Amino acid sequence: MKKLAPKLPFGSSLSRTACPTASRRRSKRTALAWLALALSTPAFAQSLAITNATLAIGDGSEPIRGGTVVVSGGKVVAAGAGVAVPAGTKTIDAGGKWVTPGLVSGFSRVGLAEVPAVRQTNDTSARSPFSAAIDVAPAINPLANPIAISRTAGVTRAVVAPATGTGIFAGQGAVIDLGADMNAITKPRAFQYVELGEQGSEEAGGSRAAMILTFRMMLSQAQDYAKAPASYDGNSKDALLNRIDAAALVPVVTGAQPLMVHAESARDILTALSLRQEFPALKLILAGATEGWMVAREIAAARVPVITAGLEDLPSSFEKLAATQSNVGRMVKAGVSVSMGMLTGDDALQLRVATQQAGNMVALTKVPGATGLSWGQALRTITAAPAEAMGLGDRFGSLKAGRAGDVVLWDGDPLEMTSAPLAVWIDGVEQPLANRQSRLRDRYANPAEGALPKAYEW
Amino acid sequence: MTKGGRIILLAALLGVSASAIAAKKDREEAPASQGASAEPENPYPSTYKPYPGRPTVLRGATIFDGEGGRIDNGVVFLSEGKVTAIGGPDTPIPADVLVIDARGKYVTPGVIDIHSHLGDYPSPSVEALSDGNEATSPVTPHVWAEHSVWPQDAGFTRALANGGVTTLQILPGSANLFGGRSVTLKNVPARTMQGMKFPGAPQGLKMACGENPKRVYGGKGREPSTRMGNMAVNRQTWIKAREYQKKRAAGKEQTRDLAMETLADVLEGKILVHNHCYRADEMANVIDMSKEFGYKVSTFHHAVEAYKIADLLRENGICAALWGDWYGFKMEAYDGIKENLPLVHRAGACAIVHSDDQDGIQRLNQEAAKALGAGRRMGIDISDEVAWTWLAINPAKAMGIADRTGSLKVGKMADVVLWNGNPFSTYTRPEKVWIDGALMFDSYDPKRRPVVDFELGQIGAGDVK
Repeated sequence: MKKLAPKLPFGSSLSRTACPTASRRRSKRTALAWLALALSTPAFAQSLAITNATLAIGDGSEPIRGGTVVVSGGKVVAAGAGVAVPAGTKTIDAGGKWVTPGLVSGFSRVGLAEVPAVRQTNDTSARSPFSAAIDVAPAINPLANPIAISRTAGVTRAVVAPATGTGIFAGQGAVIDLGADMNAITKPRAFQYVELGEQGSEEAGGSRAAMILTFRMMLSQAQDYAKAPASYDGNSKDALLNRIDAAALVPVVTGAQPLMVHAESARDILTALSLRQEFPALKLILAGATEGWMVAREIAAARVPVITAGLEDLPSSFEKLAATQSNVGRMVKAGVSVSMGMLTGDDALQLRVATQQAGNMVALTKVPGATGLSWGQALRTITAAPAEAMGLGDRFGSLKAGRAGDVVLWDGDPLEMTSAPLAVWIDGVEQPLANRQSRLRDRYANPAEGALPKAYEW
Repeated sequence: MTKGGRIILLAALLGVSASAIAAKKDREEAPASQGASAEPENPYPSTYKPYPGRPTVLRGATIFDGEGGRIDNGVVFLSEGKVTAIGGPDTPIPADVLVIDARGKYVTPGVIDIHSHLGDYPSPSVEALSDGNEATSPVTPHVWAEHSVWPQDAGFTRALANGGVTTLQILPGSANLFGGRSVTLKNVPARTMQGMKFPGAPQGLKMACGENPKRVYGGKGREPSTRMGNMAVNRQTWIKAREYQKKRAAGKEQTRDLAMETLADVLEGKILVHNHCYRADEMANVIDMSKEFGYKVSTFHHAVEAYKIADLLRENGICAALWGDWYGFKMEAYDGIKENLPLVHRAGACAIVHSDDQDGIQRLNQEAAKALGAGRRMGIDISDEVAWTWLAINPAKAMGIADRTGSLKVGKMADVVLWNGNPFSTYTRPEKVWIDGALMFDSYDPKRRPVVDFELGQIGAGDVK
């Protein structure tokens, strides 16, 4: 496990060698100037205190007024009411404004695609001889514009999953931070990803029966590999996995690596949970779970965390017939740990809708017959809960002592669409909030051209 | 899960734009043929009639009237399907009417979505129900989106209950340069499309710029495969259309041609052009083309670069129908910014929030809020009540129905939403929705929550959604 360390931002000299891609895309001079401007962050994590804040910890508790958070050495030292600020600490008076932990996207593909429809920039899936062994970590581009855009909106960490290309297993996802530096990976190979619903059925040749058999036999062959790696013949006619993919599934079977299962319908969820009868060590995470509310008690009893889209309410497929926005509230009520993420597309770009997903859960508390979440619970689904689902709740996702100094100061209620961050820190390092979109905004604040064309305004 | 962006890409390809024009009111009433080409005036007439409503007063709410006006502690009176009075607390109201205490709540005209594919790309999203793009030729002005509308799409009911949408335009997709005619619907459940059809609303013509037509047809090894090819095929088509229109206007004999009828109606201003177009440079080309052939563009849809030419849009009287924050899913969307709506608005052009999406249509108020907040942060101070024009009178104008709906003015259709808080807040939902004065959704009455045939008898039917 990689240690969370204060970040060293890169200056223009490092960027010259570190971002050949960016240099190719823009004129060199423009690229370097832009990077230098956008990434001119303080060099080290500083000790910092924010006082007089409407403070939300992220653990499900409700926000408190007059709260203080203290960050030092890149980590949260303390947060709450009546927290003392050590002498000499740089202090920001929030003036009653909101402070939250950095937002965590429970499911995304950020950093794997700059422009998803432009194939050359899209690294989310592959037609490849490999499946389970695929590791997204080296493919994540810390300079992808969607990372900067998401960071500007207060998203500081994200779960990044591969998509399937040649079978039910997509490969190994990572947990990243969205800091303005070249070191994005918080935890590589954080989980294995498998499709076990409509998509999985298609990947397995066209039926759920084939899908489940494929899953079971692949795990069984991984067990064979684990027993005697040297004698595993990935080229035999019976082999479903080549040697490298078989090896990659060993930590899944042993429970050393979580298995994220995408299943939407109630029956596919129960099928997924039942896999532990044959493979008891499986450490499951459910992704999707649009019909989770129907089997919420079973999910809770199995102690399997859920990452879901939150706002699905249409029978948009036959595996989502029972979709309702009350899904999250009902599962939470049943004792399931629920996170939210980008399960319905736009997963490389729009991580910032996390606050909209969470805010709408609060809205449901005012709708007769609906089940929503309190404000604190709603924030938890986009902060502590996804960190905990990844087994990293002790490292980030809340403002409890010892967690990473991922902090956002907001200009209003963070779950309102009119609000935005005033400042964002990741591992205690203040982040730049300019991005490509803010530069375009500024250039065209007045669309009329001046003495020279717009291209000279930068 | 699909590969990132695939869903968006599909939406962009399949459902991205359409247009409607302002057919004259008398088209509804006069199914007579005219001219030598014997063209029926209104062969698929609306059968929609307003549902029964009771005279109702909403008292004490904050009212956004949809034209930029605001009344605090206001009164709205709905009767006979119309707005019959609106004003401050002293507005006189008759006795013996239902009075709803709306203190602490908000009242707005019903939300209008100028860009939807509900019914044409319905739920569930399966091949058998995928009817939004006649992607067999780049020029299909002869197809009518209304002939693909499946009224049993649950998306209509979610747009009503969660989004307060009372009127929507269904457009063909954007695979083609000329995608076909659009239809404007009242958001009422019905057995037939005709039962939803907005009486007398003009049809639109959906056109598309850019990546989609050139990709779809270039991929088949045929024209157009480039943006210049897009323009060339457009211009050749308009030349033919002008010839057809001249003959028709002169009463000369010619064989009926459904495609040419649509385009001739555009040239005569009866059908409104709704043009899917992302990039600033392409919009400028389309504006010139419209002048070359003598038609008017009502609205550029998606228009993620509208902010770069907001002055051009103002000068030419063209609306921009926009998302709150979509960007980057394909190359021509790369320069999308959250401030697009407020920048277009500040330039004096007509800004509209649209969805193009079965989920987004349920939260157009929140999409507007994203843009409103971003605008305010850059110093564009637009009030809530003025921003509501993006969801109300502006789309109504662009769709040619502003004389009938789109604002709370006396005599207009009583298309009204009672919100349980400020509708720009994430925490707010429609409490009640009236269409032509009939209560079509009531969050306190499960029986006023429509359940379409597809859902009936399925798990989750009638659940709160």
